Amino acid sequence: MYHLIVFLPLLGSLIAGVFRRQLGAHRAELVTTSLVGISALLSWVAFFHVGLGGGTTRVLVANWMTVGNLQIDWAFRIDTLTVVMFVVVNTVSTLVHVYSIGYMEEDPHRQRFFAYLSLFTFAMLMLVTADNLVQMFFGWEGVGLASYLLIGFWYERPSANAAAIKAFVVNRVGDFGFSLGIFLVFALTGSVAFDAVFAAAPGLVGKSFHAFGITGNALTITCLLLFMGAMGKSAQFLLHTWLPDAMEGPTPVSALIHAATMVTAGVVMVARLSPLFELAPHALNFVLIIGGTTAFFAATIGLVQNDIKRVIAYSTCSQLGYMFVALGCGAYGVAVFHLFTHAFFKALLFLGAGSVIHAMHHEQDMRKMGGLAGKIPMTFLMMTIGTLALTGFPLTAGYYSKDAIIEAAYVSHRPAALYGFLMTVIAAGLTSFYSWRLVFLTFFDVPRTVEGSTEPHDSNAHDEPIAGDQHSHAHGNAAADVHGHAHGHGHHHEPHESPNVMLIPLYVLAFGALFAGLIFKHFFIGTGAESFWKEALFFSPNNHVLEDMEHEVPFMIGFLPTIMMLLGFFVALYMYILAPGTAQRLAERNRPLYLFLLNKWYFDELYDFLFVRPAFWIGRLFWKGGDGMIIDGFGPDGVAAAVIGATGRVVKIQTGFVYHYAFAMMLGVAAFITWYLVGGIH
Amino acid sequence: MFGFGILSGLIILPLVGAAFILVLRGEDESTLQNARWAALMTTVVVFLLSLVAWGRFDTSTSAFQLIESKAWFGSGIGYKLGVDGISMPFVLLTTFLMPFCILASWSSIQVRVKEYFVAFLVLESLMIGVFSALDLVLFYLFFEGGLIPMFLIIGIWGGKRRIYASLKFFLYTLLGSLLMLLAIMKMYGVAGTTDITVLLHTPFARSMQIWLWLAFFASFAVKMPMWPVHTWLPDAHVEAPTAGSVILAGILLKMGGYGFLRFSLPMFPEASHYFAPLVFALSVIAIVYTSLVALVQEDMKKLIAYSSVAHMGFVTMGIFTMTTQGVQGAVFLMISHGIVSGALFLCVGVIYDRMHTREISAYGGLVNRMPRYAVAFMVFTMANIGLPGTSGFVGEFLTMLAAFQVNTWVALIATLGTILAAAYALFLYRRVVFGALEKASLKTIMDLNAREIVTLAPLIALTLYYGVHPGPVLNASQATVDGVVKAVSLPAPTHTANLAGQ
Repeated sequence: MYHLIVFLPLLGSLIAGVFRRQLGAHRAELVTTSLVGISALLSWVAFFHVGLGGGTTRVLVANWMTVGNLQIDWAFRIDTLTVVMFVVVNTVSTLVHVYSIGYMEEDPHRQRFFAYLSLFTFAMLMLVTADNLVQMFFGWEGVGLASYLLIGFWYERPSANAAAIKAFVVNRVGDFGFSLGIFLVFALTGSVAFDAVFAAAPGLVGKSFHAFGITGNALTITCLLLFMGAMGKSAQFLLHTWLPDAMEGPTPVSALIHAATMVTAGVVMVARLSPLFELAPHALNFVLIIGGTTAFFAATIGLVQNDIKRVIAYSTCSQLGYMFVALGCGAYGVAVFHLFTHAFFKALLFLGAGSVIHAMHHEQDMRKMGGLAGKIPMTFLMMTIGTLALTGFPLTAGYYSKDAIIEAAYVSHRPAALYGFLMTVIAAGLTSFYSWRLVFLTFFDVPRTVEGSTEPHDSNAHDEPIAGDQHSHAHGNAAADVHGHAHGHGHHHEPHESPNVMLIPLYVLAFGALFAGLIFKHFFIGTGAESFWKEALFFSPNNHVLEDMEHEVPFMIGFLPTIMMLLGFFVALYMYILAPGTAQRLAERNRPLYLFLLNKWYFDELYDFLFVRPAFWIGRLFWKGGDGMIIDGFGPDGVAAAVIGATGRVVKIQTGFVYHYAFAMMLGVAAFITWYLVGGIH
Repeated sequence: MFGFGILSGLIILPLVGAAFILVLRGEDESTLQNARWAALMTTVVVFLLSLVAWGRFDTSTSAFQLIESKAWFGSGIGYKLGVDGISMPFVLLTTFLMPFCILASWSSIQVRVKEYFVAFLVLESLMIGVFSALDLVLFYLFFEGGLIPMFLIIGIWGGKRRIYASLKFFLYTLLGSLLMLLAIMKMYGVAGTTDITVLLHTPFARSMQIWLWLAFFASFAVKMPMWPVHTWLPDAHVEAPTAGSVILAGILLKMGGYGFLRFSLPMFPEASHYFAPLVFALSVIAIVYTSLVALVQEDMKKLIAYSSVAHMGFVTMGIFTMTTQGVQGAVFLMISHGIVSGALFLCVGVIYDRMHTREISAYGGLVNRMPRYAVAFMVFTMANIGLPGTSGFVGEFLTMLAAFQVNTWVALIATLGTILAAAYALFLYRRVVFGALEKASLKTIMDLNAREIVTLAPLIALTLYYGVHPGPVLNASQATVDGVVKAVSLPAPTHTANLAGQ
C-alpha cells in the first residue's frame, strides 16, 4: 500500500509527461488527478491504521548506494508523522489537481502542468517517507526542482524565470547547510539512517566537534546546519526572499507548494529529527528566535502589500514562523498540528484568491478590486472561512493550533521563549489586520476596476503605486499578455463566479478549515497525543511543555490571541470600511516606515548588493583578470604568441595546409620522444 | 584470436576501421556516407566487444585482469595490457561515447570527412590504450599519442581561433608530459622495469617520491585540468567541433584523474599525503573560481567548459581524501561527468548545427519551438547541478562527504560550489531555452530530429538510471578502490623502514 501511495503520483506524472501528445490535455488531467486521488484515499486509510494502531515500520524499496561503511537505501519510514504528511500532501494535492482542471482550462500546456504537479507530489512523498537523511535530501531537492519548474511555468515571463531561479538558488543556500549537516552526522555516527543516528544521539550529548575553525557542541552544530536547510525550504527569516517571488507561478501551485506542503518541509524535518534537536537546546533556542522573528517580520510586510497573492504569501511565511516557535519550545506535536490545520485554511485562501483572480481576468492587484462580494458570493464565503480560520476565530481550525503555539511559547522555560511568545502574540494581531484588510479591499466597498468606476476612491488608490512597488505592475501586465488573448474576447470584463470544478475543492478545504481543529485536536495535542504519535516524535524526560500547557496557562493568556484577533479585525474594519482613506493618511504620515515595509525591509536590495552583484563582478574579474591577464599572460600566451607568429610566417612563405605542419611537428615530437626513450635506456 | 587478447582487439579494431576508411576512394557523397557508416559500425562493434570484456570481468577482485603481455623493447619494457576496477569503467565509457561522437559528426562535418573519422578512430584506439596499458612506457605513448589526433581535430575542424586553441592545448600538455617522461625514466632506473604491476609494489624513497609525484602531477594536473593550468580547456572546447568537445570533456579530462589513481596514490603514498593539502587547496579554488567565471560567460561552450573544471575540482578533492567514499565518489563522478558533460556538449552542438553560433545572447525561447530539446537539456542541466536522482549527485555527494571527514573547510568551500553551480547552470538554461521566442532567426528552428533523439535518449536514460541506482559503477570499482585506499594508507614508518633495510 505504501508503495502505491508514493509511486502512483510518479506514475501519473510520467504518463502525462511522456504521452502528452497521445493523451491530450483532458485525459492527462484525468489520469494524474485520479492517480493522486487514489493515493489520497489510501493515505487516509494509512492515517487511521497507523495513527490509531501500529508503531513505526520500515519498508525497504531498494538499495541506493553502498560505499565503504556508508549505506543508503531507498526506504519508507512509516510512522504517525509520515501518515499525517501523507494525508496533508495527498489530500491537498488531489484538490489542487481538481481545481487546476478549471483554473488552467485555457492554458495550452496543461499536460506539462499536471505532470509537474504530480512530480511534485511524488518528490514530497519521498521527502516525508524518507528513512535516512540522504533520501530526505532527494525529496528535498526534488520538490525544489518541481517548485522551480512550476514557478517558471509561464516561461515567457521574465519575472517568472527570475523568480524560479531565485527560488532554486536560495534553496540551494539552505541545502548547503543541510548537506554539511548530513556530512557531520555521518562523521559523528557513521551512518545516515535515522534509526542508527537516533540510537547514537544520546551518546553524543556533551561531545564537542571541531569544524570550520571552531570547537563546539557536536549536536548543536549538527542541528544548526540541518536547520539551515529548513530555513531555506520553509522561507524563514534571512532565507525567505524567494517565497513572495514564487507567487509568479500559477495560483494552484502557490496553494499546493508554497503554502500547504513544500514550505512545511522544514517543519517536518525538525519534527522528524526531534531525537537530535531535543538534545541540542541551544539549537532549539535558535529555532525559536528565527521562528519568532519570521512570524513578526513577515506579518509586518503583509500589512501593506497590494498583490493579493503576496499578502497570503507573507502570511504563509509568518505562519511557518509560528510552527518553528512551537518546534523551538519542544512542542513538536503542536507544530505539526498547526502544519496540518494551516494546510487546509491556507490552501483554501490561495485557491480562493485564485478564484478571485480568475474572476478578475488575472488581475492580482487588490487596489483594482473591491465590491466583489456580491458578484462571486461563493468565493467570498470561502475566503471568509479561510480568513476566520487563519486569524484564529474560536472553534475554527486555526484557533486550536495557533493558540496552542502561543501557549507553548508562554509555558516554555527556554530563554528565547519569551521572545517567541511576544512575537507570536503581536503577529496574531497583525495577521488578523492584514487578513481582514484583504477581505475588505477585495470584496467590500465599490469596484475600483479601471473601467468600472470613477469614484473618488480610485484616485486615492492610485496614489499608492508611486511608492514604488514595480512588481505588481510588471506582473499584471505580463499576466494579461499571456492570458489576455484567450480571455479577452468572449467575456465581458464583469467578474464571474468560478465553475464547480474549482468551487468544490474550496468547499472541501473549507470544511477542513472549520472542523479539522475540533476533530483532530485530541490526537495531535490533547490527551490522546502520546498514543497517537508513539515513537514518531521524541521528547526528552525534562520536556514538560505539553503537560504545562494543560495546567499552567492562565485564563488571560489563553484569551490573549482572541483579543489580538478582534483588535486586528476592528482596526481593519475602521481603516477600510468605517473611515476609508485612513490607510493612505497613515502611509503618508509615516512614509519611511511605509516604504520600509512595502519594500520588504529591503532584503532583496541588500542581497543584491551583498551577493548577486559581487558574484558577477568577481566572476568577471577572475575571467578577464585572473585567467586572461595573469595565467594566460604569463603562461601560454607569451610562448604561444611567439609560436603563432612563427607558424604564421611559415604559412605565408610556403603554400600548403597548416595541418600538414602540425602533423609533421607532432610526428617529429613523437619520434624524438621514442628515440630518446630507447636511447636513454641503453 | 590471432594471439591477441580482447584488450588488444579493442585497441586494434578502431585502427582497422580507420584503415578501411583510408582506402576508400573518391570524394562523392556516397563514399562519404560509406565512411560515416564504417566509422559508426566500427565504434559500435568496439562497444559490443568491450561489453564482452566487461562480461568476463570479475568485480570481486582488485587484481588486474584480462592481462596480455608481449616482450617489446627488451629489458623490462613490454607490451602489457590489463584492466582492473578503476580502468574498466573508463574503457567502457570510451567505447560507449564513441558512437555518439560519430553520430554527432554525421552532418556537421563537411570537409575532409574521411580524415576526420580516421582521426577519431585513431583517438579511440589510443584512449583505450591509455586505460588498459600496464606498462609505463606504453601508457606514456598512448597518453601523449592521444594529443596528436585531438590536436588535429581542433586544428583542422575547429572554429575561427582553432590554431591558437590547439597550440595552447599542445603547449600546456606537452610541458606536463615532458616532466612525466623524465619521471618515468627515473623510475625505470630505480626499478629496472616499467611494468606497472611491479612498480605498484616498488617502494620509492620519500625524497624521490616527492619529485616523482610532482613530475606526474605536472602532467595530470594539466590534463585534469586543475586550477591554475586550466585555461587551455575553455579555448580548446570553444574551437573544437562538437564531437571533439564530447571526447575532450568525456574522456581526455578523465586521464588525469585516472593517472592520479593509477600512479600517484599507490606508487607515491607518502608524497600523496604530503601534497594532499596542496591538491585540496587547488581543488576548492577551482570549484569556486571557475564556477564564478562560468556565471559570466557569454559563450555556451565556454560556460560548460568552466563548469567541467569545477567538477574536476570535486574529482581531485575526492581522490586525495584517500578514503573509500572519496575515491569511489571521484571515479563515479568522472564516469557521470563523462556522460553528462558529453551530453551537454551534444546539446550545444544541436543548436550550433542549426544556428552556427554559440553566443548565449543569440538564443532565447527555444522551448517554444523545441520542446523535446528543452526536456533533454533540462535533464542534463539538472545532472550538472548535481540534483539527487541524477548521476551528477552521487559523485559530488560522496566526494564532499569524504572531504568533510578529512577537512571540514575543504568540504565547506566545495559545498559552496553547489550553490554557484545552480546559479550558472539555471542562468544559462533560462537565457537559452526559456523566455519568449523573439529573435527572427529562431522562428523556424526545428526540434530534435530522429538522429539526435537516438543520440540523446540513451544518455538521458543512463543519467537517470545511475542517479537512482549507481550500483553498477560503484560495484565495479569497489574492490580496486579498496586496494588503492589500503595501499595509500600504509603506515608511513614501516614503509620507510623497508627502504632503509634495502
